Amino acid sequence: MERKLIFELKSLYRDSLRVTGFTFGEGEKSACVVGALRGNEVQQLYTCAQLVNALKRIEREGGITPGKSILVVPSVNSASMNIKKRFWPTDNTDINRMFPGYNLGETTQRIAAGLFDAIKDYQNGIQFASFYIPGVFVPHVRMMKTGYENLDKAKEFGLPYIILRQPRPYDTTTLNYNWQVWETDAFSLYAGTTDTIDRAGAIQAVNAALNFLRKEGILLGSGRAHEGYISSVVEEEDLVNVKSAQAGLFESFCNPGANVTRGQLLARILDPCDASVRANIVSPADGVIFFAQEDPLVYANASVFRIIPE
Amino acid sequence: MIETVTKIDLPVDEALSIMKNRVSSGAGKRVSIVTGTHGDELEGQAVCFEVLRRLAEHPEFLNGTVDVYPATNPLGIDSITRGIPGFDLDMNRIFPGAEDGVMTEFIAARIVEDIRGSDVCLDIHASNIFLREIPQIRVNIDTARTLIPLAKHMNVDFVWVHAAATVLESTLAHSLNSIGTPTLVAEMGVGMRITPEYMRQLSDGVFSLMAHLGVWTGPVEAPREPIISTDGKVCFINAGASGIFLPAVEHTKSVAKGDCLGHIVNPLTGRTVDELLSPCDGMVFTLREYPVVDEGSLIARILEV
Repeated sequence: MERKLIFELKSLYRDSLRVTGFTFGEGEKSACVVGALRGNEVQQLYTCAQLVNALKRIEREGGITPGKSILVVPSVNSASMNIKKRFWPTDNTDINRMFPGYNLGETTQRIAAGLFDAIKDYQNGIQFASFYIPGVFVPHVRMMKTGYENLDKAKEFGLPYIILRQPRPYDTTTLNYNWQVWETDAFSLYAGTTDTIDRAGAIQAVNAALNFLRKEGILLGSGRAHEGYISSVVEEEDLVNVKSAQAGLFESFCNPGANVTRGQLLARILDPCDASVRANIVSPADGVIFFAQEDPLVYANASVFRIIPE
Repeated sequence: MIETVTKIDLPVDEALSIMKNRVSSGAGKRVSIVTGTHGDELEGQAVCFEVLRRLAEHPEFLNGTVDVYPATNPLGIDSITRGIPGFDLDMNRIFPGAEDGVMTEFIAARIVEDIRGSDVCLDIHASNIFLREIPQIRVNIDTARTLIPLAKHMNVDFVWVHAAATVLESTLAHSLNSIGTPTLVAEMGVGMRITPEYMRQLSDGVFSLMAHLGVWTGPVEAPREPIISTDGKVCFINAGASGIFLPAVEHTKSVAKGDCLGHIVNPLTGRTVDELLSPCDGMVFTLREYPVVDEGSLIARILEV
């Protein structure tokens, strides 16, 4: 393993922001993995750190294919993480809305450019990503339909689901989108939580990344013990969105991954002062809970569950 | 008449309402004035007040309808939050919204639907807490042909015709322009402050525009002739190092190529870490207001002349 400083930004009084990469193997730029871009992405940092740990062992045991190299960047935004902010400490901008970046531009454009310059030439790009609504997902691979997406490769992760998303205007400045535009096969892996550690989710995500690297011939060995799932491909617009009819306290009875039937009680919304039931939230379809929101207070019209229909 | 555009309950004993004030003489064209999408941009608050004050003072000159939406993000304004509190979301990146979307998208959709059909909409912004802006109208190049003739009545110093950017397709102005409601974006002043001089200048512009449209028959100030410029004429100056910015020029003043715009200093070492020089002859229309800068922070924009 070679440890390398990818980008450094000096601060006035704080320590520098350092974006550090860990390279395994030597040779062609085969795969790059990026962890936390936002200050609240603790699960993504934890998952990436576990992957670095696993790759160290694999490299020691001679498990990396000769002529292939893997770059892992666990943390891009320690400046925010250390002060428990989600976005950039001074101007609150989101690094994952700044790609491909601009090295003479504003601060987060420079960070994005510094990172992207180091990672844009890899054949495969994996990002441990998070969602903007607090909640938990069934582990899955997410891809944007840019016309460059590679569905067959996405199945090599062996995660239960692959979600295909139609890009929206704001997606065009994300890492995933720009990787694809620069001809990297890009995949976003969602490993459960965001600002808390979900060990099982992280292990599943690490195994998925290792599966992928083996099937791409970047790591040696069959990896039979961690084959994973035959992935189901789901278009994001086909997910059944379950919304809250009312605002109030959110009392949930279902977790991601649960099988539910049409009409089943999923959650209740309670009056915050007398606990009377303002609304029962029932499943509108038979299927599997794909996403469940976690916030104990819920807004009206909030997306509280997403269900993969049978 | 004060009307509720949309209303939605929050979790604990509070309703979120988007309000507008409609002043109308009945027939005639309709002008909408919108502000408060970013909760820390307050210059538009003074303009809304001033426009309504003048309309109330001389209702006999109104020949149409004026809708004033002072707070599209009321939670943000009342809590000193730029985005939508609770969602950590820039509201000007979720338009046109969706009627069946989550709360924020639903509100955005209702706002667009309510403004739809206006003959002109003015969306007033006030930069952010970091930068001070000269009163200006910003126009996407794709809509320049329709909007520049309207912008010339707005009594601003500068009309910036900027390139189309995919990410800006999520703004209120882009959404309204896309559905045939001509929408001008005004930028002026600085976040969290009100500049009375700019308030009067833009309010005069609103009445000048309304007079042009036939919505206002009373006397108006002749609008000043704006400089109309494209991206190619705008120079950006960014901080070369982190530190404290000490300006050496005043906002709105002319500078020559090579003039010093300011210094970035380190109060711990007592040293200057960056000297910022103007790359062109021109007018400083954007100047850093907030002293603490990171490497890359925008310091100034100069309109090249």
